Amino acid sequence: MIGLPHYLLLGAVVFSIGVFGVLTRRNAVAVLMSVELMLNAVNINFVAANKFMAVGTAVGQLFSVFVIVVAAAEIAVGLALVISIYRQRGTVDLHDFNLLKW
Amino acid sequence: MIEFSGLSLYDAVFTAAAGVTVTAALGVVLFRNIIYSALSLVLAFLGVAAIYFQLNAGFLGVIQILVYAGAISVLIIFAIMLVMNRPAGRTNLTSPRTREVFTGGTITAMMLTALIAAIGLSDWPKTVLLKGADDTVGMLAELMLGDYVVAFEAAAILLLVAVVGAIILAKGVENK
Repeated sequence: MIGLPHYLLLGAVVFSIGVFGVLTRRNAVAVLMSVELMLNAVNINFVAANKFMAVGTAVGQLFSVFVIVVAAAEIAVGLALVISIYRQRGTVDLHDFNLLKW
Repeated sequence: MIEFSGLSLYDAVFTAAAGVTVTAALGVVLFRNIIYSALSLVLAFLGVAAIYFQLNAGFLGVIQILVYAGAISVLIIFAIMLVMNRPAGRTNLTSPRTREVFTGGTITAMMLTALIAAIGLSDWPKTVLLKGADDTVGMLAELMLGDYVVAFEAAAILLLVAVVGAIILAKGVENK
């Protein structure tokens, strides 16, 4: 029987995949996609904990909605930044992003 | 509920959705072509939506498909097409510095081990049987426009500011 630990395990695995992507990819858009994976893993945990530990309420789902809102804002600003930097430097390689260094 | 060899339909749906999600998530970080990565990300979003539906969170599942699999993935694919400057098969390479990859893999493995150990060693409440659909939309609406109305309005302002900021950033400032 599938219980809460299985959902948490799924969340942990997806989150770890996202962390691996953030740490090892060199394309800035790929890093943003990995961040989205991590946020999704967190949402799975919220909804599963809501279902199994707060029966009859929807607070966990509400938090998931807010996470989705913040993720949408984050991806919009993040991609705009990437496009803006690409226009200046002609690359999306994270190793070439050193505009704030002097 | 349909039972076959101790595996209920709910369990089968969870297993299938979790398998799709994890495989697609691995695809996001392992494909060398970033367009494949983006399409794999859509599949991962749909897998997560299936998990939501399986958890009786129907509203959230619909939101997931609309916002993530619909809007955000289109945004990502547009951005990818705007910033492609090399052959597609070489757009999503692993960092060339092996030390970086090694460090990243080690950190990830250690974190995953710790998380799995924490999940395995904790006492979890006994599994409640997943029953029919709750009125999640009504409950969410009452929470959102009741106790959490300030957070709701703050989220609305955040979205407005983020959209305006994104437009200004992507449009670029004209030098006078």
